[in-house]
Amino acid sequence: MLGIYLTVLVLLPVAALLAKSGSGGTSAFWREISNPEAVAAIKLTLIVSAIVVTINAVFGTLVAWVLVRDEFRGKKIVNALIDLPFALPTIVAGVVLLALYGKGSPIGVDVAFTRASVALALLFVTLPFVVRSVQPVLLGLDLAMEEAAASLGAGPLTVLRRIVLPTLAPAIISGVALSFARAIGEYGSLVLITGNLPFKTEAGSVYIFGQIQNENLAAAAAVSVVLLLAALLVLALLGFALRRRSRHVL
Amino acid sequence: MSSSPAGAISLSPAPGSRISGRGPAQDAAVRSRSARRRQLSVRAIALGYLALLLLAPVAMIFYRTFEGGLSPVWNAVSAPNAQHAFWLSIEIVAIAVPLNTIFGIGMALLLERGRFWGKSALGLLIDLPFAISPVVVGLSLVLVYGKTGWLGDWLAEQGIQVIFSVPGMVIATAVVSLPFVVRETMPVLRELGTDAEQAAETLGASAWQAFWRVTLPGIRWGVVYGVVLTTARALGEFGAVSIVSGRIEGQTQTLPLYVQDRFENFDITGAYTAAVVLALLALATLLAMNLLTRRAHRGTAL
Amino acid sequence: MAIEVRGVSKRFGDFVALEDVSIEVADGALTALLGPSGSGKSTLLRIIAGLETPDSGEVVIDEHDVTGSPARSRGVGFVFQHYAPFKHMTVHDNVAFGLSVRKRPKEEIRGRVEELLALVRLDGLAGRYPSQLSGGQLQRMALARALAVQPRVLLLDEPFGALDAQVRAELREWLRKLHEEIHVTTIFVTHDQEEAMEVAEQIVVMNKGRIEQAGAPRELYESPANEFVMSFIGPVNRLGDAFVRPHDIQILAEDDGTGTEALVERVVHLGFEVRVELKLPDGREIWAQVTREEAQQLELSQGQILSVRLPAPRVFAS
Repeated sequence: MLGIYLTVLVLLPVAALLAKSGSGGTSAFWREISNPEAVAAIKLTLIVSAIVVTINAVFGTLVAWVLVRDEFRGKKIVNALIDLPFALPTIVAGVVLLALYGKGSPIGVDVAFTRASVALALLFVTLPFVVRSVQPVLLGLDLAMEEAAASLGAGPLTVLRRIVLPTLAPAIISGVALSFARAIGEYGSLVLITGNLPFKTEAGSVYIFGQIQNENLAAAAAVSVVLLLAALLVLALLGFALRRRSRHVL
Repeated sequence: MSSSPAGAISLSPAPGSRISGRGPAQDAAVRSRSARRRQLSVRAIALGYLALLLLAPVAMIFYRTFEGGLSPVWNAVSAPNAQHAFWLSIEIVAIAVPLNTIFGIGMALLLERGRFWGKSALGLLIDLPFAISPVVVGLSLVLVYGKTGWLGDWLAEQGIQVIFSVPGMVIATAVVSLPFVVRETMPVLRELGTDAEQAAETLGASAWQAFWRVTLPGIRWGVVYGVVLTTARALGEFGAVSIVSGRIEGQTQTLPLYVQDRFENFDITGAYTAAVVLALLALATLLAMNLLTRRAHRGTAL
Repeated sequence: MAIEVRGVSKRFGDFVALEDVSIEVADGALTALLGPSGSGKSTLLRIIAGLETPDSGEVVIDEHDVTGSPARSRGVGFVFQHYAPFKHMTVHDNVAFGLSVRKRPKEEIRGRVEELLALVRLDGLAGRYPSQLSGGQLQRMALARALAVQPRVLLLDEPFGALDAQVRAELREWLRKLHEEIHVTTIFVTHDQEEAMEVAEQIVVMNKGRIEQAGAPRELYESPANEFVMSFIGPVNRLGDAFVRPHDIQILAEDDGTGTEALVERVVHLGFEVRVELKLPDGREIWAQVTREEAQQLELSQGQILSVRLPAPRVFAS
């Protein structure tokens, strides 16, 4: 029963995707993905996503730190709001960002139709990942470790660098992997604010959408497979890195 | 799923984590001035980042929507296509979420209690929707259930239309929101353990009775939390549904698709209003998540 | 209901939990399965309950071979170490569970539950939830729940293991009394030899999946079948192949020429008992157990040289 549900929903579609992408043979596959517009879209997606997850690694950890270690009024509300990008439909995220950072912006910032808008949208939707990944680890961090380091003469920055961050590293890595997978597949928040300009602000997912509209299903499938592999590769690599680390930490 | 064991990446992060911290915050008074300054500037940076990225844009939307007063909003809300979009979204969610819930509980039981080879492969398959772009999900569904797809001919013969029609949208919604109930139920199931079920067995309960009267009540908060996440994801789904629906006004437009439609037709008020409705639903979801997170993660929380 | 286990073996992967185990438990008896962890005692209990199936052998309850039957049809009451309460149900509903599963009428259930709660002295707590009860109360609730369906056999898996010493002592006493009142064939698993000695009428000593010896507590203490049983059921001094009980070592007030010289290394006062750690001339170390009075009379102190008489040691054929 469960198997049928899973097959109908996941197995068959994934199989069909893989089949379609390879349907013309490797030469057709290669042709589809080396098409200049496709290449530009994939490059844009991968590069901007990489930048975005790096920013997330830093700011996400910072936010998690403040939420766990600091106390201020309204902290509970701020903590709840971190999940907003999870709960908000992506199209609404795009509309919302456009209202403030697009044409007619009350603060005069207009990044609509620029590469920056791609980054902005991706930052929004991937906000929760690193934060939520790091928070539990920070919560469980045994303060005794930091106190011991301090009693041995380590200053706060040293403690941070040599005790706290290494312990948080697996969680940060995990959050980064999830962010990346999410970012390269993101679609809804990009359609409005980026303008989807080919070679400039067209992301991989938007290119795929365009190909589907034009009934070029094989092309769409080929690029889809590339994005899918990129996501799985990153998840696998970082999973590997995590296992290697934990062997020492444990 | 909450904190993953070291060495395994769980593809679903833990939304709504608890934040009750203990520690240095209380000793703030004792700290040196430079440490205090450091604390304040870190706090400012973090909160500033959140304000710029998250809070200001959302506030902006609410402001812009109600800027012209309530009557344009009311008109936008009562537009027939808007109403249709809203109810269509609700209808799809009302089908997809229960299906995923039943699947989720069953799968969680299988993965936690069952003993068979290929468990991790199965887990990976279930988590796959997290790694796939919604657009790709839409594409794959078209490739299977569309006119030229694998099952296209057979479906046409049966007179069933999946793509460009509600069934396809339900399937797309179910796929993208598939993993939540499974992932949220598994830890609570693990924490519950088998003792209570075995006790029920020795007292004469059948497998079904034991499940219904002992297991299910024991895992209910994990399930509820998973359902909340599933519902939020299902309501907000855009990309996959966009592809399989054909975006036909008044027929196959869900509320998120309606937002895009209004925007492309320069009906900013209409778009913003629909967006606000969705944003309010999202905030309601956040509230539910926060109220439930303690109960759902009690065993796995730190 | 008499219980018989014949030639039961069970392995988990490479681990041999039970090897060709056979025991007999008389109708109405109170028996303990005693052994260290990994000895297979819990596994044996669960096999009797039907929560595990043996790889080979039979389980016979009241002359019926139940080896193939599932737990729910064996009529066994099982009490878990960590109580396995139904956390979302009240105490009343917990105890009533077995009866409600059998679809007994409400009146009957209510009466029986009241009766049982009174028996286990939890009356008045029927409306509480497990989270509001103490460990000892939870265990009594678990017992009431198991007894509600009038089991033919009562099985308890380390029932007092998770409780602190004081509560444990009280519940041990209470279990004995309960058994005297109800007379259900009862088997309980424990790793605590004192508990087994105090409560059980018959003890089955297990080690590494095998039965070492079965019999009444006194029998096991005075005529242990082997080294393991002797060391497990009571304190021993080991002198090469020989075993000597500490309280059999006599400390002589005066040297009458029959004793051996020994140096007192340490005197430990443990309340009523006093433990005297001695070193023999050949360097071997043993300890003797004497009462407070004896210690006072002998004026024991560290560094003293005394005369001790060792009893005939027990040696087991290897």
